[in-house]
Amino acid sequence: MTHAGRSWMFAGATALALTLQFSGGSSAQESNPLEVSKTATMTQVDAPVDGQRLFEASCSTCHGVDGQGTENGPSLEGVGEASADFQLRTGRMPLSNSTDQAVRKDPAFGDEHIQALVDYVGTFGDGPPIPEVDLESASLVSGQVLFIENCAACHGATGAGGAVGNEALAPGLSTASEVEIAEAMIVGPGQMPPFDFTEAQRNDLVNFIIYLRDEPRPGGADIGGIGPVPEGFVAWLVGLGSLIVICVFIGSHRKADDDGQDAA
Amino acid sequence: MLKWIDERLGAAHWARKGLKKVFPDHWSFLLGEIALFSFIILLLTGTYLTLFYRPDAAPVIYDGPYQPLHGREMSAAYESVLRLSYEVRAGLVMRQIHHWAALVFVASIVAHMVRVFFTGAFRKPREINWMVGVTLLVLAIGMGFTGYSLPDDLLSGTGLRIAYSAVISIPFVGPYLGFLVFGGEFPTEGIISRLFVLHVMLLPAIIIGLIVAHLAVLWRQKHTQFAGKGRAESNVVGKAFWPQQFFKSFGLMLLTGAALALLGGLVQINAVWSYGPFDASAVSAPSQPDWYVGWLEGAIRLFPAFEPTILGVTIPSMLIPAVVIPGIGFTVMALWPFIEQRVTKDRDAHHILDRPRDRPARSAIGMGGILYVTLLTIAGGNDVLALTFNVPIEAMVWFLRIGLFVIPVIGGFITYRLCTEMQESGAQPARRRRGVRLRRNAEGGFEEVSRD
Repeated sequence: MTHAGRSWMFAGATALALTLQFSGGSSAQESNPLEVSKTATMTQVDAPVDGQRLFEASCSTCHGVDGQGTENGPSLEGVGEASADFQLRTGRMPLSNSTDQAVRKDPAFGDEHIQALVDYVGTFGDGPPIPEVDLESASLVSGQVLFIENCAACHGATGAGGAVGNEALAPGLSTASEVEIAEAMIVGPGQMPPFDFTEAQRNDLVNFIIYLRDEPRPGGADIGGIGPVPEGFVAWLVGLGSLIVICVFIGSHRKADDDGQDAA
Repeated sequence: MLKWIDERLGAAHWARKGLKKVFPDHWSFLLGEIALFSFIILLLTGTYLTLFYRPDAAPVIYDGPYQPLHGREMSAAYESVLRLSYEVRAGLVMRQIHHWAALVFVASIVAHMVRVFFTGAFRKPREINWMVGVTLLVLAIGMGFTGYSLPDDLLSGTGLRIAYSAVISIPFVGPYLGFLVFGGEFPTEGIISRLFVLHVMLLPAIIIGLIVAHLAVLWRQKHTQFAGKGRAESNVVGKAFWPQQFFKSFGLMLLTGAALALLGGLVQINAVWSYGPFDASAVSAPSQPDWYVGWLEGAIRLFPAFEPTILGVTIPSMLIPAVVIPGIGFTVMALWPFIEQRVTKDRDAHHILDRPRDRPARSAIGMGGILYVTLLTIAGGNDVLALTFNVPIEAMVWFLRIGLFVIPVIGGFITYRLCTEMQESGAQPARRRRGVRLRRNAEGGFEEVSRD
């Protein structure tokens, strides 16, 4: 029916129109296709959100009506609530072009709808639930060790992100919520492999990643915190650049050439 | 007092002559001085760092204020750098000024060298000083690399591992050489103290010696100058060392120190604590060397995984990018004055500088060389640039692999054409007044006014 490249939004808008028709169009909204979820929220004020219907409207184009997968998207059997919650809350899904790498954007759905979809995807099989994060007794030291050994190779020692090849980028870790970070370790979204950490290790890691954000920077402006590449740019442009300007200023008194002296 | 000294050393004649030494006036002649003054800052801050740094790989337990590493086992070297950064008064700012000064030091050497190359200041009789200069550049890079390796954090250890691979990639002698230099198979306990000796004693001593030689030869041979009114091959027109040039240079020294201190105080560089202690099983991405080794890193990144076996000897893929290319590059650079003499058959002494446009072939080759090194340096940071500009890293690698052969040629060709066109267009095309003068007429329209 629909091929890769066709926007999920059109599918969503079509489904919404159908919904409105069937429910008699309780209140005629200004139907801006870009505000599908908002409109949907308003049309269904008192009725509980129907996860299945929402899934069929917004996800089934690629993942299949029962989440069995199509040629445009993987099967969701057994991915669990953790995966659905991660993908939806970070706005990675729905994806407008199934060949692109899913990146963080504003979530397409409100809280209630995400919850409904997550619950519905959870019924597809026996997948991991949304993890609980408890930083009460988490260790910074163990978090640092685990982070350098497992995460820094792609996300960088400061969590700034990096290019991992295969046309994929490991995102920076400064915006993900605690639960999202934990979910990513369990789920392994995109190119990222799933990690088999214990709950304590996961908490330590989340703790360290959160720490990295507010880490004091005693050295001043951190210019990206990714080491020698920006440092080299600053050394040339700011360091040598300012000194060359000074040189031009010092060496530019042309008038004085006339009273120069001869030697030799 | 001065008389007392003069009577014993006969210094008055020498000093009087020295103070009257003439310095031609052009801003680009000051680039080398930036290098000299950065080096002085390096010596001063480096001395301070040496007071607190421990060149020791022995394991210790960290109990300083940086929380994530609390209780971790690490080398005494890394621990002392953390202590320098977090506990020693002014330690971090000294470390940062030192590191910024190192980056600017090598950058100013390169800028100075580019000036000397494009103006033909290396021609007879200055070939010796050119070669001293190339040696100084190599030693400065060596200083930078040894210094980069001393903190013994994850990043510097990664750099050392690459250096080790480069050494052992040399056929026949490589593995022996690797053992000799590193004192065993990487990672070794002894390498930190060896690098330390190189970094704080041997290399600075040689660099100071060569800087003295560089300046002595300059003093003896006198300055080159651009062509101009009253200037000839037989004279030098400019300011006397005392007082004019002295105060210019002294001012530049203070401003160099000020610029480096500002950078060191305001901009973080090499936050060693975030990498953690070196661990041979871990790596962080992005991992880059400092900029002046970036071209070498880039060559390694671009070179295909190609390891032919010739007559039973496997040629490791590291050999060509990490040993052969730099070897050829620096050799050609050092011998350039002689190569040019051989080609142009110009064996006369020159004290008047060339304008780059008057030697289009040399300028084109120089531009090609600069582009080549720049592309390699870009390749050295390809993962950072891929992330920053959101382009696939594979596409970038292939663009650079091909560009490495194409872009320098195109750039050289454009330079050649620009040079010849500038020659034809007159004496100072760069200072020509640009644009046309317009006058608004009574009807509200505009008309061009001829320039007089």
